[in-house]
Amino acid sequence: MIPLLDRKLLFVTGKGGVGKTTVAAATALLAAQQGKKVLVCEIDGKGDVSGYYEAAPTKFDAREVQPGVSAMTMDTEAALNEYLRIYLKVPFVGRIGPVAKALDFLATAAPGVKEILIIGKVLYEVREKHYDLVIVDAPASGHIIGLLAAPQAVNNLAKVGLIRSQTDWMLELLSDPVTTALMTVCTPEEMPVNETIELAERVRNETTVELAAVVVNRVLPELFGRQEEEVFEALCSSDLRAEFDEMAGGDTGPVLEAARLAVTMRRTRSTHLERLRANIDAEVPLLYLPYLFTRFHGLRTTRQVVASLGEELGF
Amino acid sequence: MARRTNEEPAPSISGLLAAKEIVVACGPGGVGKTTTAAAAALQAAVHHGSKVLVLTVDPAKRLANALGLDGIGNQEHRVPASAFKAAGIKPRGELWAAMLDTKESWDALIRQHAPDEATRDEILANQLYQNITGRFVQSHDYIAMERLYEIHSTGEYDLIVVDTPPTRNALDFLDAPERLADFFSSRLLRWLTVPARSRLVNLATRPFYQIADRILGTEFLSDIAEFFLLFQTMYDGFVERSQSVSRLLSDQRTTFMVVSTLEAAPLREAEFFAEELTARKLDLGAIVLNKVLPDYLRDRQGTQVAQSLKEGADGLAELLAPHLAATKASLGDREQVARVLAEVADSYLNYQVVAVREMEQRSALAVRPDILATVPFFDTDIFDLAGLLRLGDQIWD
Ligand SMILES: Nc1ncnc2c1ncn2[C@@H]1O[C@H](COP(=O)(O)OP(=O)(O)OP(=O)(O)O)[C@@H](O)[C@H]1O
Ligand SMILES: Nc1ncnc2c1ncn2[C@@H]1O[C@H](COP(=O)(O)OP(=O)(O)OP(=O)(O)O)[C@@H](O)[C@H]1O
Ligand SMILES: [Mg+2]
Ligand SMILES: [Mg+2]
Repeated sequence: MIPLLDRKLLFVTGKGGVGKTTVAAATALLAAQQGKKVLVCEIDGKGDVSGYYEAAPTKFDAREVQPGVSAMTMDTEAALNEYLRIYLKVPFVGRIGPVAKALDFLATAAPGVKEILIIGKVLYEVREKHYDLVIVDAPASGHIIGLLAAPQAVNNLAKVGLIRSQTDWMLELLSDPVTTALMTVCTPEEMPVNETIELAERVRNETTVELAAVVVNRVLPELFGRQEEEVFEALCSSDLRAEFDEMAGGDTGPVLEAARLAVTMRRTRSTHLERLRANIDAEVPLLYLPYLFTRFHGLRTTRQVVASLGEELGF
Repeated sequence: MARRTNEEPAPSISGLLAAKEIVVACGPGGVGKTTTAAAAALQAAVHHGSKVLVLTVDPAKRLANALGLDGIGNQEHRVPASAFKAAGIKPRGELWAAMLDTKESWDALIRQHAPDEATRDEILANQLYQNITGRFVQSHDYIAMERLYEIHSTGEYDLIVVDTPPTRNALDFLDAPERLADFFSSRLLRWLTVPARSRLVNLATRPFYQIADRILGTEFLSDIAEFFLLFQTMYDGFVERSQSVSRLLSDQRTTFMVVSTLEAAPLREAEFFAEELTARKLDLGAIVLNKVLPDYLRDRQGTQVAQSLKEGADGLAELLAPHLAATKASLGDREQVARVLAEVADSYLNYQVVAVREMEQRSALAVRPDILATVPFFDTDIFDLAGLLRLGDQIWD
């Protein structure tokens, strides 16, 4: 497989809340550290990307948020305006206004037009080689197929016209694995793993995009080896507890309880990881990122994720 | 007159579910909406003896998993007695479940509103229609609310608990009925669907048409027009229907249960959602805080114990090793014991950071609904009725 960061366009998706934005932000920073010029594009406009870089809110026009990393927020209306300016050479903004409004309306109604605007803007940045790598903090798994399949859908519907010729070059970039790939993020829990497996299959069947990596985020630390666990169990056992409490200078109950919770959680989760590995194509790498026990998620945590991701990718 | 007296129980999820006919579980992605909705429905079926339906609108077949059932389709299915038996429960009422199939629901809607069979078949076969309903998720939000209306109006159930899809914006599905109505009554739509010939004469000279034509191509444009022309035959039915759906959401028989975790980002989203509900005069029945870490993690003495374990691991291991060796010889390795002690202590302190942060988030919560329920983080998965019951018990009273 082509090394992840050597592609030109990476879509990052996954179930809601699993860490898509965190991973997108960290992947971009990692690529920048490798000397690449990177653009991160946030699709849902929640503004989380700027939070993970501790930068000012991002806008449609990209701005550098870290050395080598620029960030932008998708805005379909702005994308449409830009499109009209570039392709139709509509001369002045005055004329664009009402036209854009009407087209925006049409975009809501006509299938795939909005998606085309989004993906078209992203692909335009790739085609024009403004950056070495464009990373898309994409919508959750339920929406990603619609986005990736939009050019094909519109291509089937529109037989002529500009949009038809537009989708032709888009499709070419999208289906070229040297250019484009998808990363999906999940956590080692039942539902996110199920969704990842389902998504991998849909991506294979319904899109031309290659799945380049599955990121497993929030992996809990392994507390004990087998022998150590026996020691732990012995410490918890009633005949030793009283003495243990005395030596430790207080009730060890909460501390032991917490360790037990951590052990069980880790164990439940590892069964999901096994299922994930068994159901994802063997050549797709699984990249593990540890759970971060921190008070605040900002640039510092992003850097921690960068470090883990770098290790997983063998840097 | 119903007055609130001292004897009247404090507001609870149990009371809420007994008083309402529709409960909409909503909130940010991945926080446990589907699980909580199923758990609440199960509780109502078990304790209230009601006939309860849980309607999940997730595109993935998750409710099926959560209920330990496979292949629940668009149709409502009764959760079989065997599932209850396996969980050791004897329900007083009935639990039904249905999963929303967007495409199937849209088709049903068309069948119902199409003026005649020919139009119906034409719409169902239309390429644009198939694309809109099959592929693009925006259509999901509307159909979820539409289906709710449909089921509610049959009067089959005492209570319907609705799970909501992970939308890009949690409010999308609230706006969906109105957006649809707006859309069908808009000028542009009427313009698009004036008979083709007069449209060309009138409008071919207008810049919009020219641009639209250049971008989309005449054929695509006329496909779109044809589709809407067909759809317009159902105009009245649709607008009326979506207005009824909007009304049902603001009816006093309907309440919203906002689910969130205590993580910063989801909680912010949930709070925004709760405020928005209130602003729209919709009923914010409860906020359920899910996956909350246990209280003992914030135990002050626990902190001291963990710290002394961490700092004195070697010394303690020295003292403990002989005792451990007495239980089993291989457990007496001092270094190993010290490692275990340090790990245990570290783990406690790690989780404590998160637990403390969660508690701060909770105290800082700006919205104060009547019911603020907390569900602990379970160390094992919730995948069957027994698990759902365990979760439901936490929020019940
Ligand atoms: N490895 C980790 N350890 C601990 N917390 C994490 C980790 N990764 C992400 N988080 C936290 O989880 C929350 C969700 O992360 P993030 O915003 O990246 O997810 P997302 O998938 O983009 O969510 P959404 O679907 O809402 O866009 C954030 O509060 C983030 O700080
Ligand atoms: N209290 C809990 N303790 C432990 N795990 C939980 C708890 N509540 C839910 N989960 C688990 O969390 C995961 C997400 O839950 P669920 O699917 O209900 O979320 P959701 O909000 O419906 O997600 P989506 O927005 O993607 O539809 C599931 O694997 C579920 O089993
Ligand atoms: Mg995000
Ligand atoms: Mg769900």
